[in-house]
Amino acid sequence: MSVDANPQAMEPESVPAKAELSQWQIIRSHPSIIIGGILLGIMILIGVIGPLFTVDPIALNPIKRLKPPQAEFFFGTDFLGRDVFARVVHGARISLVVGLAVSAIAVGIGLIIGMISGYIRVLDAIIMRIMDGLMSIPAILLAIALISLSGATLATVVIAIVVPEVPRVVRLVRSVVLTVREEPYVEAAIAAGTTLPLILYRHILPNTIAPMIVQATYICGSAMLTESILGFLGAGIPPEIPSWGNIMAEGRTYFQISPWIIFYPGIALAVTVLSVNILGDGMRDTLDPRIARKM
Amino acid sequence: MFSYVIKRILATIPVIVIVAAFVFLMLRLSPGDPASVIAGDYATAEDIVRIREALGLNEPILVQFTKWVGSLMQGDLGISIFTNLPVTTLIGQRIEPTLMLTLTTIIFTVLVAVPLGTLAAWKAGSWIDRGVMLFSVAGFSVPVFVLGYILIYVVAIKLQWLPVQGYRSMFEHGLWPFLRHIIMPTLTLSVIFIALIARMTRASVMEVLQEDYVRTARAKGQSEVKVLLRHALRNAAVPIVTVIGIGIALLIGGVVVTESVYNIPGLGRLVLDAVLARDYPIIQGLILFFSFIYILINLIIDLSYTLFDPRIRY
Amino acid sequence: MAKATPTKRPEPVLEIKGLSVTLPEGADREFAIQDISFTVGSGEIVCVVGESGSGKSVTAHTVMGLIPRKDLKPVAGEAVLNGEDLLVKSEAELRKLRGERMAMIFQEPMTALNPVMKVGDQIGEMLEIHTGMSGSERDARILEVMTDVNLPEPKKLFDTYPHQLSGGQRQRIMIAMALALEPGLLIADEPTTALDVTTQAQILVLIKDIQVRHGTGVLFITHDFGVVAEIADHVVVMQHGLVVEQGPAAQILGKPSHPYTQMLISSVPSLIPPDRPEPEVKETALQVHNLDKTYGDGGFFKKGRQVKAAQGVELVIHRGETLGVVGESGSGKSTVARCIVRLIDPTGGEIMISGQNIAGLAEKALRPYRRDVQIVFQDPYRSLNPRRTVGQSIVEGPMNFGLSHSDAVDRARELMRVVGLSPDALERFPHQFSGGQRQRICIARALAMEPKVLIADEAVSALDVSVQAQVLELLDDVRKRFDLAMLFITHDLRVAAQICDRIMVMQNGIVVEHGLTAQVYANPGHSYTEALLSAAPGRHTEFAKLA
Repeated sequence: MSVDANPQAMEPESVPAKAELSQWQIIRSHPSIIIGGILLGIMILIGVIGPLFTVDPIALNPIKRLKPPQAEFFFGTDFLGRDVFARVVHGARISLVVGLAVSAIAVGIGLIIGMISGYIRVLDAIIMRIMDGLMSIPAILLAIALISLSGATLATVVIAIVVPEVPRVVRLVRSVVLTVREEPYVEAAIAAGTTLPLILYRHILPNTIAPMIVQATYICGSAMLTESILGFLGAGIPPEIPSWGNIMAEGRTYFQISPWIIFYPGIALAVTVLSVNILGDGMRDTLDPRIARKM
Repeated sequence: MFSYVIKRILATIPVIVIVAAFVFLMLRLSPGDPASVIAGDYATAEDIVRIREALGLNEPILVQFTKWVGSLMQGDLGISIFTNLPVTTLIGQRIEPTLMLTLTTIIFTVLVAVPLGTLAAWKAGSWIDRGVMLFSVAGFSVPVFVLGYILIYVVAIKLQWLPVQGYRSMFEHGLWPFLRHIIMPTLTLSVIFIALIARMTRASVMEVLQEDYVRTARAKGQSEVKVLLRHALRNAAVPIVTVIGIGIALLIGGVVVTESVYNIPGLGRLVLDAVLARDYPIIQGLILFFSFIYILINLIIDLSYTLFDPRIRY
Repeated sequence: MAKATPTKRPEPVLEIKGLSVTLPEGADREFAIQDISFTVGSGEIVCVVGESGSGKSVTAHTVMGLIPRKDLKPVAGEAVLNGEDLLVKSEAELRKLRGERMAMIFQEPMTALNPVMKVGDQIGEMLEIHTGMSGSERDARILEVMTDVNLPEPKKLFDTYPHQLSGGQRQRIMIAMALALEPGLLIADEPTTALDVTTQAQILVLIKDIQVRHGTGVLFITHDFGVVAEIADHVVVMQHGLVVEQGPAAQILGKPSHPYTQMLISSVPSLIPPDRPEPEVKETALQVHNLDKTYGDGGFFKKGRQVKAAQGVELVIHRGETLGVVGESGSGKSTVARCIVRLIDPTGGEIMISGQNIAGLAEKALRPYRRDVQIVFQDPYRSLNPRRTVGQSIVEGPMNFGLSHSDAVDRARELMRVVGLSPDALERFPHQFSGGQRQRICIARALAMEPKVLIADEAVSALDVSVQAQVLELLDDVRKRFDLAMLFITHDLRVAAQICDRIMVMQNGIVVEHGLTAQVYANPGHSYTEALLSAAPGRHTEFAKLA
């Protein structure tokens, strides 16, 4: 509420100081950040140091194939007698690497293209048509096509998932730029002779950070899902790498007799993606209540 | 009004052209020799030559593009390498199950998600709202195929209520067999779509409920239910319908997976079979087909805005 | 129009007795309104007047039962409508009373009407909720009330949507809706604030007329003493949630007793320009010749409507003088300002600054001239980057032109003193300042460029009247101190009268009149100027001045 009503408030020494919530207080009022953060932290921990404590995930043991969960094999064994628990722990690393790599690359590329599109009229129409075109191609089909053309490696899978995510980031960045560039403080900076790169860096870019962090978490979650779907369809990372998608793909045939081969990696994947999404929701509510309404 | 319709229709042309150009270039600009990639690791030199011939990769790129666009305009999506059948024929054989599955999913989703989202927005902060939001976050997090297998495990294997897999055509086998087979795939495919649309409905209705005209309606003494239906939902229709259109892309991805889990002989299975058989022309043809469908649906949705909002009359 | 004090007030429709409403925890005060009491008689217009944050709107919404009970809780007192306490009513009982016994109209008629519903149906909804009328009876009644609020061709307007109507027509629809069931109490929350001055005058006449013809009691919320003078029978002055003074309109406006009321009323700028010495003609700072700005050129189908926002505008400002540009919304006054600052590109004409025509200059060639023209915008809350300290915002411009950081900070510190703020506040962020203080910071930022021309684009329009007076004083002060040429864009004729040496009146993109302020106000040469002046609310009232 304005303090203007009191003319005395205009004296220089009585500049009012508003009580500000500390970062910590804000986070505490959104428990989803804590819950999501802890869950994700555990999954990252498992992914980073977990593999040190398990047996070899690719060691074959044909005598003990398709064993149900028991003391020796927490999650049972697969059709080659490999320890599903060890494979799931190793898979965490791959899922997280794909998730983080895709979100970082997609946000990075999207940020640059979105800023250009939002500020340079001439390029805007062209860029946005290309983005519309990219968005009309179903993401999974696009990824399948890209991978089947360039061969399946971790890198091509990451790129294939990045390509369809980029247009979403571009649209979001562009919409932020278009809104912010109309703000009087940006116009004041133009009137003060600030050059375009500086205006973008000082006045526009900071406004994109909050929505970008939120968007990055959602992309991270959806990238992990897409990776597992590609693996499941047999179009993902080479089958010898124990990614969650690959483990589940191999479990399909034996689903009726050994459902754990699909369920355990499935649960691990769902929990990881859930933790990322909960974290994303919490950050959205904390960082910017305005974008909360748009998503 | 009329000029808006014309403008919207014309505006889809560059998008279609870009999709076509992108798909065309994807093959030609991919690293390495696309023909040998498509042929696979065990292909003989003759196989590669045959594939290169079939894809027309020997001609200059501009000639290739002109020919390609020319045949596209005539509705030719290419010819399968292994079956030697036109992709359009293959699509024709497989389209019914996919069409049925997407239709049942869209209908079920809209019937569930829109009321759920509206209710959540109206009772924002209540346990209903929390429940809907929790469902929506969870729905975005569980992979479609895991969900499918859980359903199969519980409903088909343990309870034995419904068949495990397969598809029965409504026209050949009748309504009941069709329904028995389509229920689980529909539920599976709907979850992520419901999550998306319930969330968007909630957000839009919540925003509209903040509007001044909602306050006006309340100031008239209007009941909450009518405020919600007549004023809020009507004004939230455009963003909700928009996200249904955007969600179609999500749905198409889900179809591929769901059909594979439930062994449904639709277009999704066709994609998967093509991937396994390395039959790139089918993948390419299906990408074009699905993209055009997506563009068409979104065009229809854009045009439907004029029904919801009288202000759209450019 | 100061009216004769009614010796005895009519029977009350609404009695507010000792009403208190609490604010949610963590607000800057405990109560939104505290222990307020006043009455609205039938056939009487009671104006509740106050600045932002005074609690006047909360009062109105509490009576209607439209406050979010989670955040704002009525904790004491009564709001009695025709003998019934509204605060103890259930939601269903309140719904019945709303519309039938009390109705409300709002500030922004565009957003207050449902954009996707025909206006006739929106009026009809009122009848549908509260009466058992048949469709044809309803239609007849809708046309009747539409005629009653002087809407032209009610039959034709019945089927239109809000966006197809003008602002005044929309507000008439709102009033027709409110009157449909002949309620005893009409609550009007700043109903003319979003309207142009000529439209405002018509709506005020309409409300007055309705109150007389239907004997409605009107609770009229406003911040504008001009409007109060125009229509109030009785005035309630609020500050910080308290009623500081109330009484008959003539008494409050002519002989206010509370110091706050006295301060408010004396801050109302007079419509009579003060005696200003004829400005000595100094060096020309800015010359605009034949300026055109057209929007929506052609387009893909050549169907895009062309809007001529400014046409053949000529203006000259010399150093040390203030040129006012007045007009209603859509007159092109802001377009001219934005062309001069080159935030938008003019379609044609010349803008001469320091001997250079900057109208068509490319950004790079333009940059050296940018420092000569600076602008202060209307909205103090969006004019400063919320993520940068005030100091960073002020030094940005000078440093673009090669000033070292320490020199720029020194200049910023000095300018903070000039605009009446502490130099130590440079480290703070904009949200720590009030609206008026932010506007001072914006002025400091503009001055830091050492401009020749300062453009104030509705720079005091968003401020409360007491703050407005102080910022106006500051603008006039810096004009003298730095020998600035000032271009003052405003819709407010009172403000313009006080600060401008010369006045330009714009209508539909064209300058219709131009002259010395005193002459234009005394003898308007164009019918539009005359219409504007005669529409200014409270023009016949001499407001009390502080001794």
